[in-house]
Amino acid sequence: QEAAKYEKKVMVLDFVAPTPLGNSWGLGGTCVNVGCIPKKLMHQAALLGQALQDSRKFGWQFTEAVKHNWMTMTESVQNYIGSLNWGYRVALREKKVTYENAYGEFVGPHTVKATNKRGVEKVYTAEKFLIATGERPRYLGIPGDKEYCISSDDLFSLPYCPGKTLVVGASYVALECAGFLAGLGLDVTVMVRSILLRGFDQDIANKIGEYMEEHGINFIREFVPIKVEQIEAGTPGRLKVTAKSTKGNQIFEGEYNTVLLAIGRDSCTRKIGLDKVGVKINEKTGKIPVNDEEQTNVPYIYAVGDILQDKLELTPVAIQAGRLLVRRLYAGATSKCDYVNVPTTVFTPLEYGACGYSEEAAVEKFGEENIEVYHSHFWPLEWTVPSRDNNKCYAKIICNIQDNERVIGFHVLGPNAGEVTQGFAAAIKCGLTKEQLDSTVGIHPVCAEV
Amino acid sequence: GKKEYDLLVIGGGSGGLACAKEAAQFGRKVAVLDYVEPSPQGTKWGLGGTCVNVGCIPKKLMHQAALLGSALKDAQHYGWSIAQPVHHTWSVMAQAVQNYVKSLNWGHRVQLQDKKVKYFNMKGSFSDPYTIRGLTKAGKETTVTAENIVIATGGRPKYPTHIAGALEYGITSDDLFWLKESPGKTPLIYYSFILHLYEIVVYISLTDASQDVSLECAGFLTGIGLDTTVMMRSIPLRGFDQQMASLVTEHMESYGTKFLKRCFPTKVEKLESNRLQVTWKNTDLGTEESESFDTVMWAVGRAPDTGTLNLEAVGVKTNSETGKIIVDASEATSVPHIYAVGDITEGRPELTPTAIAAGKLLAQRLFGQSSELMDYDNVPTTVFTPLEYGCVGLSEEAAVQCYGSDNIEVYHAYYKPLEFTVAERDATQCYMKMVCLREREQRILGLHFIGPNAGEVIQGFALGIKCGATYPQLMKTIGIHPTCAEEITKLHITKRSGLDATVTGC
Repeated sequence: QEAAKYEKKVMVLDFVAPTPLGNSWGLGGTCVNVGCIPKKLMHQAALLGQALQDSRKFGWQFTEAVKHNWMTMTESVQNYIGSLNWGYRVALREKKVTYENAYGEFVGPHTVKATNKRGVEKVYTAEKFLIATGERPRYLGIPGDKEYCISSDDLFSLPYCPGKTLVVGASYVALECAGFLAGLGLDVTVMVRSILLRGFDQDIANKIGEYMEEHGINFIREFVPIKVEQIEAGTPGRLKVTAKSTKGNQIFEGEYNTVLLAIGRDSCTRKIGLDKVGVKINEKTGKIPVNDEEQTNVPYIYAVGDILQDKLELTPVAIQAGRLLVRRLYAGATSKCDYVNVPTTVFTPLEYGACGYSEEAAVEKFGEENIEVYHSHFWPLEWTVPSRDNNKCYAKIICNIQDNERVIGFHVLGPNAGEVTQGFAAAIKCGLTKEQLDSTVGIHPVCAEV
Repeated sequence: GKKEYDLLVIGGGSGGLACAKEAAQFGRKVAVLDYVEPSPQGTKWGLGGTCVNVGCIPKKLMHQAALLGSALKDAQHYGWSIAQPVHHTWSVMAQAVQNYVKSLNWGHRVQLQDKKVKYFNMKGSFSDPYTIRGLTKAGKETTVTAENIVIATGGRPKYPTHIAGALEYGITSDDLFWLKESPGKTPLIYYSFILHLYEIVVYISLTDASQDVSLECAGFLTGIGLDTTVMMRSIPLRGFDQQMASLVTEHMESYGTKFLKRCFPTKVEKLESNRLQVTWKNTDLGTEESESFDTVMWAVGRAPDTGTLNLEAVGVKTNSETGKIIVDASEATSVPHIYAVGDITEGRPELTPTAIAAGKLLAQRLFGQSSELMDYDNVPTTVFTPLEYGCVGLSEEAAVQCYGSDNIEVYHAYYKPLEFTVAERDATQCYMKMVCLREREQRILGLHFIGPNAGEVIQGFALGIKCGATYPQLMKTIGIHPTCAEEITKLHITKRSGLDATVTGC
């Protein structure tokens, strides 16, 4: 869309290869269809369930029995997504960007072949190319995984309530999904191979896990599934999962209605003809290395988003990188995407917002004696009346003593963590120091003032 | 001679307690006097001051109760089935809130004890510059002397005493939060009476510096199902950015609060049914109107609580118009060893966090060898109306006045919170704007946000502004998705351009 502003002739090829269970979706990519958007809406549905409980303590009265209807929620969510798909098509049309719902692959220099759903092929040439094909969920490679398990690609449009669910994985995707499924009243178990939220601050990751466990989510740690069998077909059916311990020969067997795999995502770079144009990819991970201007090793081919090596897999990063790239290409701008201090939020039942270094990364980079960690538990005012946990919400900032106590890491665990973190990220971008933080007056009463 | 205490604080509220506790940290001998004169309706409360007892805390909790009412409606769109009817019981909420407040009173008492601060539940007044006379409820007198004295007695709601019946029949925020029973009865199913059985009118006047209190109260009263009317003589939220103020009231109107604009009451009478008859003048139409309500609440400003301190006897100067105590940048009054912090001081924001910060810094300067003064610039604040409004820095009008409209750029956007989509909520007033200097660096002068969780959104940006944040720096900050706050990092349409400022797409 940005390129079209500069009166360039632009084409977008978008195609969704169906999931093993046959699921597909419209224009907009992961975020809109099977990522951020449906995730946040279902997380909100779960939060509202909690709000219903709280509201009784605040004087609201209604019958004890409150039930959740999966189909009502999913339909609303899918309708909203549909409107976004439509919105994108309209926006592209208005900006005169040619859109083809076809699978693109390179066939030679400056040339791509686009194959649509019906197998019809067309060939296009262009001055420059941008690869932004993103990723898809990884499967375990065990018997029964593709036949019987679902992934996040299927969950958000599942035409039946998933029922008793086993979530395999400890990524934020796994924990966020487990979190909202439990919040909607389902029996949820999370099977974790080793640690939670690899790459995130581990102190906080453990607090998140603890909170989820205390609120009814079962965790099976240090096990990996080795096979999935169907006991009974249905919507949902019944599945038998066999898992092996990572620490010995113990075997675990369990029965679930649904098995959701959330063990990672793989880049869609292996089957788009990159070898035909000489674009180098990391053979192991499939990711594309780029320079700080998002350029691959082939000068006229660029890449943005989840497929980039060593960059964050986040929507706003992809958007920012894409926009700035185009401005550099066509508007003479020089700004590069700033990948430092990118804030993020994990929308688990107890939300986690972060910006900058985790405690362990800060210790590794600067040395324990050169950092100072300030921290505090807090009790959101809104949790007092309904007697919710008074020692779970937590905030910490990590400062670099050698650099005027500059804030290099910000972490908050509590309600509306995303809203809280955003402004702090801006302040960190301005070089926030502990002194400046101390001298800023808080807004009362909010969680962020802590 | 030697004084009994190093520091005596009169007033156990946000500012007073913060100062006392900080001073005690330095090993000083500290005492606090706190006393609550009952309201005209007889309401009183414990240690902690306005914020804890009749301000921020109960207000936010009742606001939360109202928000939960909306959540109940939203929940149904998200698949939750709740059997009708759903109704709200004031006494359940009030008791829960009051119990929490009481636990805070207790907590403060324990904290003072732990920090070895002596607490006197007495009303203080000056006998001489170093001596305070304390009077208990029973009339028992005690004299206390101190080297340094801090006045932190705060303020109390004003009554429009020129209006007949105002004092006898009206309540204020002092009373609202302690009502045991609903200020309006829940509707009984009698046809002709439904509209009149649970009406409350809240009157705010043109000089009200705490109009936000009145709108906040009207907001949550509406949210819990009470028929609420706000009567105001002139503009709402004076002193705040007026564009934002009108969006706030617009939302309240669509939310169900009734507004009687440019009207002022002339008398309040009690009817046989125990309801109240309010008569008012409509300045637009030049007519006189009248209607009956269950409760009349005044929110016409707060008066500094200096009347019984005997300040004249020791020479502490007050502002002749406002009655507030005049202080310098170090919170010192006209008498060198007598200081003042919080709502009682002239020219300062009437906010808990500023009182706390000022109180702490004062103690640090007096006893901790610090020289740091309180910075009152760019203090963020939030109005907790049904659709919240958070802001920091200058309003657009103030910026224009200060720099000229040619020298400022206003970036703005209308956005829709993701959570409103499935809930089918109206986001017409969800809006944000950033006022920047136009020249070179484009420093941010003011940030304004209307939407859910406005306080949480604004807090971090307030920090940024304290660091001298510029528009380019904000644009370099990547957004967290999906949140409302991220829209701030994406602001790019200027008012000057005249382009449509509605955010579209992901």
